[in-house]
Formats: sequence, structure tokens, C-alpha cells
Amino acid sequence: MSAVWHQKDLLSLRELSVDELNQVLATAKVFKEILGRPIKKVPSLQGRTVVNLFVEPSTRTKISFELAAVRLSADVVSLDKDSSSLRKGETLSDTAKNLEALQAGVIVIRHRSAGAAHFLSRRLKASVINAGDGAHEHPTQGLLDTFTIQERLGKLEGVRVLIVGDIIHSRVARSNLWALTKLGAKVTLVGPPTLLPKEFAELGVKVAYDLDQELEQADVINLLRIQHERMVQARLPSVGEYAGLFGLNLDRFKRCKPGVLLMHPGPVHRGVEIASELADGAQSVILDQVTNGLAVRMAVLYLVSGGRGLGES
Amino acid sequence: MSEILLQGGRVLDPGSKRDGPGDVLIRDGKIAAGKPSKDAVVVKVDGLVVTPGLIDPHVHLREPGQSAKETIATGTAAAVAGGFTSVIAMPNTSPVADGPNTIAWMRQRAKETGVAHVFATGAISLGQKGEALAPIGALRQAGVVAITDDGHCIQSAELMRRALEYAKMFDLPVLDHCEDKSLSAGGVMNEGKWSRILGLPGWPGIAEEVIVARNALLAELTGARVVCQHLSSAGSVRILREARARGVRIDGEASPHHLCLTEELVEGYDTNFKMNPPLRTAADVKAVREAVADGTIRFLATDHAPHCSYEKEVEFDEAPFGVVGLETALGVYLTELVHGQRMALADVVSKMTNLPSDYFGLGRGTLNEGAPADVTVIDLERKWTVRKEEFRSKSRNTPFEGRELKGRAVFTIVGGEVRHDLDGRAPKK
Repeated sequence: MSAVWHQKDLLSLRELSVDELNQVLATAKVFKEILGRPIKKVPSLQGRTVVNLFVEPSTRTKISFELAAVRLSADVVSLDKDSSSLRKGETLSDTAKNLEALQAGVIVIRHRSAGAAHFLSRRLKASVINAGDGAHEHPTQGLLDTFTIQERLGKLEGVRVLIVGDIIHSRVARSNLWALTKLGAKVTLVGPPTLLPKEFAELGVKVAYDLDQELEQADVINLLRIQHERMVQARLPSVGEYAGLFGLNLDRFKRCKPGVLLMHPGPVHRGVEIASELADGAQSVILDQVTNGLAVRMAVLYLVSGGRGLGES
Repeated sequence: MSEILLQGGRVLDPGSKRDGPGDVLIRDGKIAAGKPSKDAVVVKVDGLVVTPGLIDPHVHLREPGQSAKETIATGTAAAVAGGFTSVIAMPNTSPVADGPNTIAWMRQRAKETGVAHVFATGAISLGQKGEALAPIGALRQAGVVAITDDGHCIQSAELMRRALEYAKMFDLPVLDHCEDKSLSAGGVMNEGKWSRILGLPGWPGIAEEVIVARNALLAELTGARVVCQHLSSAGSVRILREARARGVRIDGEASPHHLCLTEELVEGYDTNFKMNPPLRTAADVKAVREAVADGTIRFLATDHAPHCSYEKEVEFDEAPFGVVGLETALGVYLTELVHGQRMALADVVSKMTNLPSDYFGLGRGTLNEGAPADVTVIDLERKWTVRKEEFRSKSRNTPFEGRELKGRAVFTIVGGEVRHDLDGRAPKK
């Protein structure tokens, strides 16, 4: 595959071509191999600065990006809302201008508002990587999920993926559905209508409300986190009722294909989205997702910084 | 004695069914008959359309209290540049225009600094909080032409009912921004395919329709006059049409952006496409256009809502709602409705002249002898490109930047004074 990546930024997977998606996955495969070596560090981004601007709190994504940048030998600065001037009422626009003045090469942004990464990208010459913007997208999560499926099943074409849960608020679901459908997988979204509006059917995926009807055909089941605080009002009667209708319990698991992959973007609510035994079981790839996240984020940092050639095969 | 003769145009005065070649004579601030004196200032308007001064029944002038966004001076300058000689100002100023003192201050300020006529509205509820009635009788005595909590739809059906009953006593129109807050809560764009793609909270059409339906029922019950402001959804249009067919005294407005722009423009998260109610689908745009054309929607209204650039240049969900409209509205109406073959010019002009004047009792909107000399001269064929840097408004938040429009006001007279002269037609004094 030739190098097709020419994007300054990674803002959303919806805006990527099939070739670009494949190039990220191929590049991530090379980095995953490097991560298996005794010396895990490469000099690709030596002398470059990566700023992690995490305006919305995050632990695992932030650590994953920090580690990915360190493995590439970049200089890394991490800011969260409390340690930045955003706390003092500085606008995102002004924060962006300051980062530009400090000559940061790559800005990784996590923000509560959909479109925040687009906002920065329009104002900065630096590369912008979206690490999750509101309910819009979480592109590196979509890429690492896709990478994990491809790694485990050896293909994406024709693979049947169920994404279950709070779709309306989920940036993970959005990034997954774009990457997977572009690469030929068949995606079904499952959840109660209050969390899964019918318009998703216009995006090239199937919308279903009965998990039991969908289980048996699934090659992959990706269980999204239910945010208790936000949900249990008008959208869900109770977490218990959700677990009863949409939780992957042992009875349901028995009816799944033997080789089904069980995924979760974390943090897991054991016993709600997925039974504890299943989260730790042989079919769970939840920790592979975390490891692959590192390789995918290295690939993305490398590509937006102008890296070429690693993904050629 | 001062005289202006607008010579050689097509005189279009829908209120008096006049449409044909002719001259319009202005003498001492009034439309005059007879022959001009030899001292009359002659302005050649060959090939142009001369209409009564245009009226915009829905603008935000931001004064008092928000003069970084707009002032009466800059807002009315924008109005005349867009061909409007009269505007009706919404009361969501700071302080809210919910008492006679604020109205009196505003009217005085308009007299001193305005270059177009400014008509005031008062709030329906104290502080536009939707809890207790504002002093509607005192507001009326202070000169308001309508009451409205624009921007803050009254959520209590009971309070809305009492406001209508009370306003009926004076036959004062009640204007409502139709939004059920429990259904629109947190919404920043149309709920639909694009809000799902972009991950932005949706503001569904149903939140507007529920209130339009409520208002239709309450207008029928009370007999009061109600205007549903800036209608955006096909469902609202259907409810309005049904109610009007039953003889209910309910009306609607349509705004320029809802006549031609749709939800997918939000794709780049540009806050100049964030307004309330939001841009909706092509089917909604079509329904609003049809309702304007068939008379179901009586008024064309800009909802001119200036905001500072630094207020709009923030995350999409954090940005204030609203776009400016006074300087682009006529061009949009003419391009979409007249050149788009959806309406006759006379019907479009009627919606901006005699219809609002008659409804709100403004005593203008005509070129009959003795009427106030508010006149707009329109070049129907003028092609131009919207450039926000050229706006006279203080604000630049337009969704029409770079858009090619056909039709523009080239000359505007307010009370006999030339307030806008795009091509330098008037002889220099």
C-alpha cells in the first residue's frame, strides 16, 4: 500500500478515506511489533513537541497518548483544565493562540464540546488530534477497536459487529460505525430507543432494539459504558432494567458464536454492561484494546507529523 | 419646504394596489401629490422599483445594556442599508424592557440616535422569567406595539392564557418564540440525522410544534392576537394553517435563514449557523416557503440578532444563538421568493409594508398622499455578494457570507430624509 496520508489533523473517522484508514491500521501494526521489542522506543518524533490538552478529564486516553508520544521520542506536555488558563476563563481560541506561539507541533485535545477539535484545527498550523469531543467522535478509539477486530479475526469485510448501549451520547459508537462500515463490516446498533434514535439508520448501519434477536449472528459485541448519573432520568427507568434488557450475561453468552469477541471501551461496570466473568473471560479482548490503543496512537502521531513509509507492505 | 422627487421608477404600493410607472413626490416628510416645485431635489430611479419603506417586525437592537453587540444607532444604520425604514425591537435588553421607564428611555434614545423608526415591544412577564405578568397596561401606555418574551418562551400554559386574556383587553398582539424547553433542553441544532453525526444535542421540531399548537388553542379560547415567531418546521406550518382555516387569530413569521438554509451547514461547527430555532431540513424549508407564499405565514422577519465576534468564536455548544439579518434579508427574500419564481414581487413587498403596518398599527407602509415619507428604492436585478466587512451593523455573525444574491435596496428615505444611497443618486447638497 502506498502512503496516502496527507491530513494535517485527525478530527473524525467520517472524514477519512478507506485508504487513509487502512494506512493508519498498517502503520499501527508496525508500531505494535516495535512495542514487542525489548527496546520499545523509536526516534521518529525526536525534537517535536506534543501537547496533550485534556480539557475534559480522562485517565486512560491521556496516559495512552503520553506514552505513545514518549515511545516516539517526542517532548510531551500535558495540560488539564485545572492546570491551564481555561480554568481562569480563558477561551479555547486564546488557549490555541498561546499553544501556537509556543510552537507546539501536535495538539491532542479532549474536550466536552462536540466540534472542539475542528475549532482548534481551523485556528492552528499545528496538527490537531481529536482525543474525544463531546458526543461527536473519538477517532483513536474507533481505530483501536477496528485494529483489534482485524488483528483477531484477520479481516473486517463482512464481519458482523454489534454495538450495544448508550449510542446517542457515545463518541465511541460514532467513530466505530464510520471506520467499520467504510472497511466493509456490517454494524448493528442495539439499545433502547431513548438512547438510540432512529436517525442512526440513515448512517449505513442497522438499528435494533432487541439484543436477543441479534446475538447469534454477531462476530463482535462491543458493549458501551452506561453513565448512570446521566441516564437514569427520562431515558432509562433504572440501571437494573438496562442490565436485564441489554447487559451481556452468561445466558446470553451461551447463545453467541463460539469465537465471538467481547469488547468494551472502559471503564467497565461489571454486572451492568457485561458479566464480570465474561469481562475477564477467554473471549474478552478488553485489555488487547488498551495495548492496541498505544500502537494506534503512535501511528496517528507519526502520520500527522508527516511520517511516511512505515506502513508499506 | 423641502422636496424630493423620485422620478421614472416603477411605483409598487401593494396596500393601495398601485403598480406601474410613475413618480413619487415627497414634501416636508410626507408623501405629496401635485407638481414638484422648481427647487425639488430630483432623484432618477429609472429601472428601479419604488416601494413604501420596508418594515421588519423582529429585530434585536441590544440597547440598553448590550451595546458591544449593537446600538440603536448602528442597528438602524444596518436597517436603512438593507432597505428597512421601520423596525420592531424585541424587549430582551438589559434591563429587560418590562416596564414603562425602559420603554420611554429606549424610545427617547431612538429619537436621538436612530436613523430609522424604532417601535418598541414590552415583555409579557417580569424579567422575561415566565412567572408573573409584566405591567402590560402601563407598557401599552408607554407606546409598545406588542408584547413578547422573545427568546424565552412562556412555559406555563396558564400564564400564557392569562397574558392573552389581558392583552385582548387592548387588542395588543402577543408574539411568542415557540419553544417547549423540556423538549429542546440543551439542544443547539436541529434534532435529526446531522445532530446524530455531529454529536450535538438536538432541538427537535416537535418542541416548536407543541407550543404552536398550544398557542393556537389559547388564541382560539381567548380571542387574542398571537404571532408565532420565526417558524422553522413543517409541523408548525401545518398547525398554523389548520388553526387559521378555523378563523383563529394566529399568525406566523418566517426568517430569511429558514427560507433557504438547512441543518447540514452546521457540519463544520461554524457558529454563524447557530440560531434559535435552528436550521432544519429541506422539507421544512419547503414547507415554510410554501406557507409564506400562500399567506399562511403573514410576516417576513429577520430576527436580526447581533453578537460580538469573540462571543461567537467559541465551542459550538457554548456560543450564543442568533444571526444578523437586516442587511441581507431583502436580497434573500428577492432571490429565493421572487427570482426563485415562488411569489410575485407585490406579495413579497406587501409582507414587508402594509401587512405589518396594519397589523401592528404603525400608520405607514403605504405611498398614499399624506403618509409618512418612508420610501425604499429597490434594484431588482442587482447582483451582489454578501461581505460582512461592509456591514453597518456592529456585528458580523451572518450565515450568508460570500453568498451571491440578486436584488438590493439602493436608496432609502426615512421621514423625508435620505438615509441610504448606495450609488450616490442624490445630488450633493
